[in-house]
Amino acid sequence: MSSFKRDKKEEEDSGGSPFMNLDKTIVLQEARYFNETPVNPRKCSHILSKILFLLNQGEKLSTQEATDVFFATTKLFQSKDVMLRRMVYLCIKELSKLAQDVIIVTSSLTKDMTGKEDLYRAAAIRALCSITDSTMIQAIERYMKQAIVDKNPAVSSAALVSALHLSSTAPDLVRRWVNEAQEAINSDNAMVSYHALGILANTRRNDKLSIVKMVTRLAKSPLKSPYALCLLIRLAAQLVENDDSDAAQPYIEFIECCLRHKSEMVIYEAAHAIVNLRKTARDLAPAVSVLQLFCGSSKACLRLAGARTLARLTSKHPTAVAACAVDLENLISDPNRSVATLAVTTLLATGAESSVDRLMKQISSFVSEISDEFKIVVVKAIRRLCQKFPRKHQSLAAFLAGMLRDEGGLEYKAAIADAIITLVEENPEAKETGLAHLCEFIEDCEHTTLAVRILHLLGREGPKSRQPSRYIRFIYNRVILESGPVRAAAVSAMAQFGAQRPELLPNIRVLLARCEMDDEDEVRDRAIYYNAILDSGDQQLINDFIIDVPKSNPILLEKALRDHIATKPDEPFDIMTVPMEEEKKKEKEDVVEIEARKPKQMTIEEIYTQQLSRVPGIESLGPLFKTNIPIDLTEPETEYRVRLLKHVFVRHIVLQFECLNTLNDQILEKVSVRLDCPPEYEIKSMLFCQRLVYNQPGSVFVVIEFPCAYLDSLGTFGATLEFVVCDCDPNTGAPDPGEGYADTYPLEEFSIYCLDQIRARIMGDEWDSTWERAANVPEVSGNFVLPELDPATAAKSVCEVLGIPKSGIIDGAIKEIRGGGVFRGGAPYLVKVRIGPSSEGVRMQIAARSPREDVAQLLLAALE
Amino acid sequence: MVHTGTMEGALFEPTLYIVKGMCILDNDGNRILAKYYDKNILPTAKEQKAFEKNLFNKTHRANAEIIMLDGLTCVYKNNVDLFFYVMGSSHENELILQSVLNALYESVSILLRRNVEKRVLLDNLDAVMLAFDEICDGGVILDADPTSIVGRAALRTEDVPLGEQTVVQVLQSAKEQLKWSLLK
Repeated sequence: MSSFKRDKKEEEDSGGSPFMNLDKTIVLQEARYFNETPVNPRKCSHILSKILFLLNQGEKLSTQEATDVFFATTKLFQSKDVMLRRMVYLCIKELSKLAQDVIIVTSSLTKDMTGKEDLYRAAAIRALCSITDSTMIQAIERYMKQAIVDKNPAVSSAALVSALHLSSTAPDLVRRWVNEAQEAINSDNAMVSYHALGILANTRRNDKLSIVKMVTRLAKSPLKSPYALCLLIRLAAQLVENDDSDAAQPYIEFIECCLRHKSEMVIYEAAHAIVNLRKTARDLAPAVSVLQLFCGSSKACLRLAGARTLARLTSKHPTAVAACAVDLENLISDPNRSVATLAVTTLLATGAESSVDRLMKQISSFVSEISDEFKIVVVKAIRRLCQKFPRKHQSLAAFLAGMLRDEGGLEYKAAIADAIITLVEENPEAKETGLAHLCEFIEDCEHTTLAVRILHLLGREGPKSRQPSRYIRFIYNRVILESGPVRAAAVSAMAQFGAQRPELLPNIRVLLARCEMDDEDEVRDRAIYYNAILDSGDQQLINDFIIDVPKSNPILLEKALRDHIATKPDEPFDIMTVPMEEEKKKEKEDVVEIEARKPKQMTIEEIYTQQLSRVPGIESLGPLFKTNIPIDLTEPETEYRVRLLKHVFVRHIVLQFECLNTLNDQILEKVSVRLDCPPEYEIKSMLFCQRLVYNQPGSVFVVIEFPCAYLDSLGTFGATLEFVVCDCDPNTGAPDPGEGYADTYPLEEFSIYCLDQIRARIMGDEWDSTWERAANVPEVSGNFVLPELDPATAAKSVCEVLGIPKSGIIDGAIKEIRGGGVFRGGAPYLVKVRIGPSSEGVRMQIAARSPREDVAQLLLAALE
Repeated sequence: MVHTGTMEGALFEPTLYIVKGMCILDNDGNRILAKYYDKNILPTAKEQKAFEKNLFNKTHRANAEIIMLDGLTCVYKNNVDLFFYVMGSSHENELILQSVLNALYESVSILLRRNVEKRVLLDNLDAVMLAFDEICDGGVILDADPTSIVGRAALRTEDVPLGEQTVVQVLQSAKEQLKWSLLK
């Protein structure tokens, strides 16, 4: 019955439309008609649109099918019908990615491109560029240059845009058309000058000087096209952003001037740029008032643009946004829920505690209607509220819990769970309620990753609560009901309870014993492992392997394991050689922002492992211990720029000199670095950079062996860059004939510090007990008097030298700094520094403990 | 680029590649025409259709002009049984996207002689495909002026009774119709 109904509906809908229920094979059959002469253009055009429709619907053609259709289509060049010819171009473009031998139509297209029919020319250029590769392009280069400056705007635009597409594969070639593009920028046609500006900005994006020249010139004679102006504003804003001097002032003035343009697009672009510049413009008021006007517009787009941009301002200039409160209030009940959400969250961020309840009620009325992105915005706003108004935690946590029960994707749920987790961590009063909400959530949670995270949190926070036993039921339920990974996490969480609460230990042991019969290997292994450790009753063991386990960076661990298996599978693997997980840097909070697609964050070690693998013999150095933050060895605006990365291994250090040649008329060859080493260091090998072309970074690697004695490892190096210069053509990059000449370039000195060789670890509450347990390892201590007057500054600089995060400072009349970590080679250390005022500045007392006494001595030496 | 400092990311990117996608759906959310221009965004037909379904569900009731979805800013407009969408990065000037949507809608409207509905559109699908191609090329806005787009999309000469109207006249009438729609 229902299918009958649907059929009827479809019939009504399509009304015999030729595009419903198309069959691929039939359509491909129809394409054979193209081979007849003469053809009916109308009929052909119809068949072509069927083919395009099918492709557009996601129908897949095999290479053979695509090639057949493509060749049939080429027969249609015989017809003179304009519309049909245009459909042929379209088909060529679509099929060029699927079919073989598409270059066969090059000559037909070249003919059309240079012919008399204007309606053909533009489209023919675009079709032609979609089938040519960089080797073929030289043949049509002359035509392209002509087309760019053609008086027909369609032709000119088509050539410019095609050139832009080509520049991703053949940048050098397109760079030769810059003069033509320069000419096209002055075209009367708005789109032509927009496209010309775009291509110039693209080819010159690494040449700051010429961008400066271009922007300065164009800012004086404003462009007609609003699109081009928007692009120019973006370029100007970028210049301001990268320039801290007053030289940027004219650009800011230009952008401010655009606020008075007649096109809303340009006004918004300018306001957005001003609001988002890192360096604040003198006066935000005009930009803010423009945005305020947008908020009152009848167009939803404008309201959203206005509200969004104001929302971004909240972190930097809350007062400026607070002034727009009235306008935002009006948007709370906006029919566009995105606008309403932004308005409410912005008001929440800037408003007072008293208005929280009212606004929350507003949100809850429409939260189910908005997309996940915006729900995340709301969650983040609430999360900040929790920090701002801790007293409101009850109602906020209840609200979050309500959201947690709603439908939603993983990202949304994760954001809520994150918010509750921070609430639990930061607000002791909210801990019990927050944990209770989370417990309830995992009872019915479809996302494995989230359940695992929450179980981990329960394991960490649960044992510290007043009634830890109540959480165990929730955790054990997971063992009964869930999939393998969740069960394993639940086992780990239970072990935490057993380790930290002796009164629960017998019960936990019983539960763990039951898990020892689990089907899943991981669950079983964990249960047996934890049970054995708990069984031992050794508090030290329990602490090191259950409560406070150092976590290795998973990616580097994987690599280290793979290397280990490849090189020396028979030896036991030492996990201490793998860098620890660094504590994630607190993300810069953008107050109300919709998540864009963000690239994955990588640690510095992960980024450079690939490059390091080029160094011959690198495997014999063992696993990478640490890569230090790069330091510049040249001034920022010099002809050659060099950055140094210190990759530290157990007994070696690899210096990576990352060089950039900023002269487009030179190629550097055989680039190397001459080092003046401190006496104890020994250079093992050096990997030259054979060729350094304009604007493409290349690296020189030097492998150096550390001195045997740790204490000798602090030292200063001198460095000089050595290379052979070959002149080249700035446009093509082709080297001039003849030999180059050798030259050198001095680099700044650099040192190897203690900090380079240690990996500091974040120490939590357990520091005291760890320190006590280390009472019988060697200790080195010393007293210093520092000339610096202020204990706070002294404490900060000590932290910097030892790589201890600032959070390691315990404030008080006498400041105490506690830290610890691992020295290269795996020797752990602990350090305690006490800083107090004294008669002549600051008094500092240092104690360092390490099983290797020389490590402790080195730490002391570093502070001297 | 290793040496240049990372941009704050707050400013808009100075690029011509602004449009991430355009599509026309019918009133059941089925695709009539769709083009996606960024290889990294919705690369497969399956992902695209899932996105379109989601987009349609979120937009077909609320006539709210703009929505942020899956990291994209989508502006939209509907008429009778057709939905027009233009997508850009969530970090893009919304008003530029809006102008592209207007260009798309207006040029289709002119091509269909103001009868913007599914059946008429399917009858003129070839012309609408050409208009699509004239508005955006690989993510770059090629033209945003409806009359010139229609001019370039080339009206079928047979459709116009010869001798009565020349192409110029057709354009003239189109221009007038546009003027009327703006005055309304």
